[in-house]
Amino acid sequence: MSRRGISSRGDGTYRVELPEEERDVLAALPDQLREALDAGEPTLYRLFPPAHSDDDAANEDYARLVGRGLVDGKLKALAELERTAHAKRLDEDELGSWLGAIESLRLVLGTQLDVTEESYGPLDAADPDAPRLALYHWLSWLQEEVVQALSESLERGTATD
Amino acid sequence: MSQVVEAPVRAPQPTFEDDQVEDRPWVVIVWNDPINLMSYVTLVLQKLFGYSRSKATQLMLQVHNDGKAVVSSGTKEKAELDVSRLHAHGLWATMRQD
Repeated sequence: MSRRGISSRGDGTYRVELPEEERDVLAALPDQLREALDAGEPTLYRLFPPAHSDDDAANEDYARLVGRGLVDGKLKALAELERTAHAKRLDEDELGSWLGAIESLRLVLGTQLDVTEESYGPLDAADPDAPRLALYHWLSWLQEEVVQALSESLERGTATD
Repeated sequence: MSQVVEAPVRAPQPTFEDDQVEDRPWVVIVWNDPINLMSYVTLVLQKLFGYSRSKATQLMLQVHNDGKAVVSSGTKEKAELDVSRLHAHGLWATMRQD
């Protein structure tokens, strides 16, 4: 059996080795996050933090200035992940979209689950959050795969900005 | 630790206070959070600011160990742009005038 994960092919593209059922999960997740975005769920605050710690007026200006762009960027990454979830090979931009979309998914899921830096221990099957924690950990593993593949390219100087 | 520093003799500044406030640089701070992966934070700092792997790792470790780190500085406009790029990548970043 070949390895699971994501690896640089050394030519600016990336090999994606994931079972079909995991790709199905990836293809389904963007819709769930879009629904949360439409509903304006409070856990989404983590996607759009304030730019100033203690200046409400400045934060309103900031949100007016960049808020729409931030939402659009995150929606675009989610759409790209959805479109390419079953691809065996991704280019740099597509893998960048995977990175951004997985980041948004982890931020929202992690906030909903109220994860801490100690949340990385073994799962307790009796915990009602166990399935969603398992999903969170799987997304963490996948993000680490994407980061390692992109970092390798960056170090070799083949990445394009 | 302390040292004696001779107070510099400074002539009164003829400028208005507002001008001095304008001149002070803004700093961009990244805060620690329990969700972002250490490797991810390092990669984002490398990509957004062109930092070397070792400089980005050093800043990431400062965020992780101290709870925060200053990752860039400059004019208000530059700080605002940097904060928005960090937010676009999911990092918890704020800006303040130094």
